[in-house]
Amino acid sequence: MSTLVLLTMTGLGLGALYFLVASGLSLIFGLMDVLNFAHGALLSIGAYGTWWAASGNLPGAGPGGAGFVLAVLFGTAVGTVAAVLLELAVVRPLYTRPREQVLATVGVGLAVPALLSGIWGSDAHPFPGPEALSGTFGLLGAQVPVNRLVLVGAAVVVLVALRLFLGRTRHGLVVRAGVEDRAMVTALGIDVRKAFTLVFAIGGCAAALGGAIGGLYFGSVDPRQGTSLLIFAFVVVVTGGMGSVTGAAVASVVIGLVQQFANYYTAAGLGDLAVVVLLAVLLLIRPRGLTGRLA
Amino acid sequence: MSTATDTSDRTAGRTTAGPAPAAGRARLLRWWPAAVLLVLAVAPFSAVPVPGLLDGPLGSAGSLQLLATCLLFGALATGYDLLLGRTGLLSFGHALYFAAGSYATNLFLLEAGLPFALATVLGLLSGIALALVLGSVSLRVTGIGFSMVTLAFAQAGSILVSRNPGGVTGGEEGRAAPSELLPSSLVGIDNTANLYWIALAYLVLTLGVVHWAVRSPTGRVWEGIKENERRVEVLGLKPYGFKLTAFVVAGALAALGGIVHLLLTGGSTPQTTTSDFTLSLLVMVVLGGSGTRWGPLVGGILYTWADHRLGDLAGSGAVADLPAVLRVPLSQPLFLLGVVFVAVVHLLPGGLARLPSRLRGASNRKETGVS
Repeated sequence: MSTLVLLTMTGLGLGALYFLVASGLSLIFGLMDVLNFAHGALLSIGAYGTWWAASGNLPGAGPGGAGFVLAVLFGTAVGTVAAVLLELAVVRPLYTRPREQVLATVGVGLAVPALLSGIWGSDAHPFPGPEALSGTFGLLGAQVPVNRLVLVGAAVVVLVALRLFLGRTRHGLVVRAGVEDRAMVTALGIDVRKAFTLVFAIGGCAAALGGAIGGLYFGSVDPRQGTSLLIFAFVVVVTGGMGSVTGAAVASVVIGLVQQFANYYTAAGLGDLAVVVLLAVLLLIRPRGLTGRLA
Repeated sequence: MSTATDTSDRTAGRTTAGPAPAAGRARLLRWWPAAVLLVLAVAPFSAVPVPGLLDGPLGSAGSLQLLATCLLFGALATGYDLLLGRTGLLSFGHALYFAAGSYATNLFLLEAGLPFALATVLGLLSGIALALVLGSVSLRVTGIGFSMVTLAFAQAGSILVSRNPGGVTGGEEGRAAPSELLPSSLVGIDNTANLYWIALAYLVLTLGVVHWAVRSPTGRVWEGIKENERRVEVLGLKPYGFKLTAFVVAGALAALGGIVHLLLTGGSTPQTTTSDFTLSLLVMVVLGGSGTRWGPLVGGILYTWADHRLGDLAGSGAVADLPAVLRVPLSQPLFLLGVVFVAVVHLLPGGLARLPSRLRGASNRKETGVS
């Protein structure tokens, strides 16, 4: 029973991390038809920003208490700014060429991890975090690490915030309408490009937050982390149905749990394969993903 | 997007062929690929130094090894463009079929002890079978979803190889090919010329297959799918089968390339399974010009050569003396590559292959005063 609880919580934590990356990816894709290959890089920027600030380089920030909150805020802000810059400098000039937009983000996705490992080395750095978040708590007889709860909490907050934003605000309405029919929104005289930048900022913010608290989960930061998470986020986006935030949330939970359970009950590493097999089976049954969104 | 180059090249050749001497020259010019091929074929016999481009004289083992790698990747990029530039399929999993050719052949030699010729055939068939199975699944989603699914499959392959199941793949170390089971003419530094010729033969074969396939009726349907898949459907054709054909042909060419790579480097390495490897193929194709006849080849050769040279640049003393702001990015070949790639996408639409016609267009506009 305790193993079951622990595996479930770890799977949920991993799923939360996938959701933080996949939600922005899914929105950007749904609105702009751009598969953002630099999204993993945004996560890495958030992770490194937080690590850099929490290691005592930012006045007031530190590994514990309010200092850590400040470090996370700093990392998230840096990631958000990077996302806006990415949209303005790299993606927007290619507005009329979606294929080239994807390719340009591939270039950024290659360059950023290389730059990070150029500056801070290619080895993993231990991630500083508050004492309170490195412990465990008892749940149904299992000792669950607290950071799993932080991840799930962050993902729930982001999910609720995104749903409120999309459902209750005017900007959200524009984004939702853009996801459904971009041509119509443009024809109505609404500047979709502002919505593009906004969605990139939101996506970058979620990914960078994922990087910041993902460091707690992994216990370290390294330049390749973002890219490897990105691939599973892709699986989540396809599984959930592209452009759907709710679909991404459901798929993240399923993928995270399948991966953890398969890793534990079969050989280690088979969990990653199980996820891909799951994807293949789903595509054979429902090519449009769980929510039935068009691919 | 980029199909126009081939046709415009051809019509340009025809229209400029006005007077008789010019026509003769144009006809001669059409044979330039054969001339290049001849020069490439006799390169191992030459001792001409190529300062700046190569470290040793042309016919030396080191130069031939680098040239053979360049030709191999030029060919691989050409085969990959069958998907990207000809059918409009953005696959991120092409590395998988390349690695499958290399690993499968190597394992048939190492684990089953099969004779070389049989292992090669079985290795190629394994690559084709894998492309058939995974292609038929991933083509169930269209557009960018296809890209993500191919990437996921390739990632699974990469994980499988690095986990070293049953000790057969050698994990991060890779596996060296058993030299005693390879033909003796393909082993050792003295026989680099033979490997070079194999790489050249693979290039010629790939160019031939791609050229022939693109001109076949199937190739026309590919072009239609790339332009507008729904229109092809309306015409009563099922795009799925045609796309799968393109996927399997490209996969077969990649698997064959993997076998050439196995011989050329004397082993299978896990680097060839990574998504970075597929991304570098993508860079080659886009750099040279996707959907053109020579673009991917030029891109592949240029990329491979630059890759070797950038490694040297990163380790050179000139870079080490620079201030940190310049030194850190310059010492990361992947950073330079990523930046160059973004620049190519922005500033050079259509890649290098499109550059001459763009320059011509620009100068024509200037002459006629039309802007």
